[in-house]
Amino acid sequence: MSIDKATVAHIAALARIRVPEADLERLAGELRKIVAWIEQLDEIDTSGVEPMASVVEMTTPQRPDEVNDGDCRDKVLANAPAASHGFFTVPKVVE
Amino acid sequence: MSELCDLTIAQARDGLRTRRFSARELTAAHVKAMEAARGLNAFITETPERALADAARADVRIAAGDARALEGIPLAIKDLFCTEGVPTTAASHILDGFKPPYESTVTAKLWAQGAGMLGKANLDEFAMGSSNMTSYYGAVRSPWRRRGDDRPLVPGGSSGGSAAAVAARIAMAALGTDTGGSIRQPASFTGLVGMKPTYGRCSRWGIVAFASSLDQAGSLTRTVRDSAIMLRAMSGHDPKDSTSATLPVPDYEAALTGNIRGLRFGVPKEYRVEGMPAEIEKLWQTGIEWLRAAGAEPVDINLKLTKYALPTYYIIAPAEASSNLARYDGVRFGLRVEGKSIEEMYEATRAVGFGDEVKRRILVGTYVLSAGYYDAYYLKAQRVRALIAADFKRAFEKVDVILTPTAPSAAFAIGEKMDDPLAMYLNDVFTVPISLAGLPGISVPAGLSAEGLPLGLQVIGRAFDEETVLRAAESLERAANFTARPPALT
Repeated sequence: MSIDKATVAHIAALARIRVPEADLERLAGELRKIVAWIEQLDEIDTSGVEPMASVVEMTTPQRPDEVNDGDCRDKVLANAPAASHGFFTVPKVVE
Repeated sequence: MSELCDLTIAQARDGLRTRRFSARELTAAHVKAMEAARGLNAFITETPERALADAARADVRIAAGDARALEGIPLAIKDLFCTEGVPTTAASHILDGFKPPYESTVTAKLWAQGAGMLGKANLDEFAMGSSNMTSYYGAVRSPWRRRGDDRPLVPGGSSGGSAAAVAARIAMAALGTDTGGSIRQPASFTGLVGMKPTYGRCSRWGIVAFASSLDQAGSLTRTVRDSAIMLRAMSGHDPKDSTSATLPVPDYEAALTGNIRGLRFGVPKEYRVEGMPAEIEKLWQTGIEWLRAAGAEPVDINLKLTKYALPTYYIIAPAEASSNLARYDGVRFGLRVEGKSIEEMYEATRAVGFGDEVKRRILVGTYVLSAGYYDAYYLKAQRVRALIAADFKRAFEKVDVILTPTAPSAAFAIGEKMDDPLAMYLNDVFTVPISLAGLPGISVPAGLSAEGLPLGLQVIGRAFDEETVLRAAESLERAANFTARPPALT
């Protein structure tokens, strides 16, 4: 399926990025070009090949499930654009 | 310029220990050079007081005969590494005002070896770019110029500020990160040694994440020996990064024996790409002759999937980026643009906070991960990635290292190649395959273009065999005898 303005609007909404109506056509064109270029991978037969999620040939190390960090609420909140009473604050989400 | 700024780390180490100069003198000379070269825009945040305080502490250690591996060495740190209490921006508007309450593992290791911090180096926004043009804090200018042409050039990217700082003799070395070529390509553009270690050699903890299966810390230095010194200090397992390797860290300097007799190096014919300048092809041939003359044996190899590496990368890296960058929402750190609802706040914050290239990659990444396309694009790319890694594995059954050019061109002027994202992506055609396979790669300055600009050759090795990579790189370095300097410094 070709990427049109509606597709861009949809993925921009999924990505939580506001894209002005005036930019949709330009972005659709850029994305169409990039996607057409990456579609050359269809030339390769990958049947029976396992997808590679990590290049590291190792098993994930295990450690005891113990608290080893934390108790630094104020440090964490220090970077928040808005915080009060020891919490992050956001616009009202419950009516 | 003070001659102290021209020293390598190895030379400075000797000078400090024999008390020819103090760490304070060495650092003060670099602080002065940093101030004098502000026109390069190499730094987002300068930390001269911090550097001088670090140096004063180093002098105490040296006086006590207790100097560590990087005692008193002033470094530039790519502004993608979190540094406690020092603004960390990733060159993005969206991280406005962010001061990490913690220190990245790799920078902590450098400080634990006595290094000092001159400042946080400029980069492409979130390390997405090959020119350093996408930084919210403006482009970095390379200290290099084409012969008879005064137009400012890019230093490459994304570790462009790091590269400019070391090339201009502002910093003795710099920390960079490499996801698809972000250390090696700027090293090639600025006449430096740029090392991307094996994925897992250095901890990623505290590095602002771009594409987690590819990101790796590395260094930009003026010599291979300095690269070995830096790598030893940066490497090692970190319980905070479960992908960091539990292998012991060798003494990389000891690997620089100067002897590559009997070494087998692969020459992949698929790296002769269409449109590559003849001078780069010629430099590659010269590199082959250099290694052969040093006693190594060239072997023709095939890396058949080379041309598919870039499209594979441009599915995987944006997919991972779209997920990693979801955290920038205006709630916990950085920029917030208010909205009537929380949704509006998210969308407005991210619209204002991210630049065009970052948005483009988030959108591509969101698209290839979205319902109905995940199998066709993302899983397909992961399967091709497995085949690319297998290609290298097969090649390394026959050879010890692989020799290629680092980049398909010399540095370009600021503003060139900006109209077409795909043309910009081609900069990484020789570096991306190595990143996908997680292998170590190093760029060594090997010659000058007809226009008088540096060109690099890349040595690629087996996973976790940085020792052989460094040994071969040092042999190339010796043969190339690259002594050219940016015109402003001559």
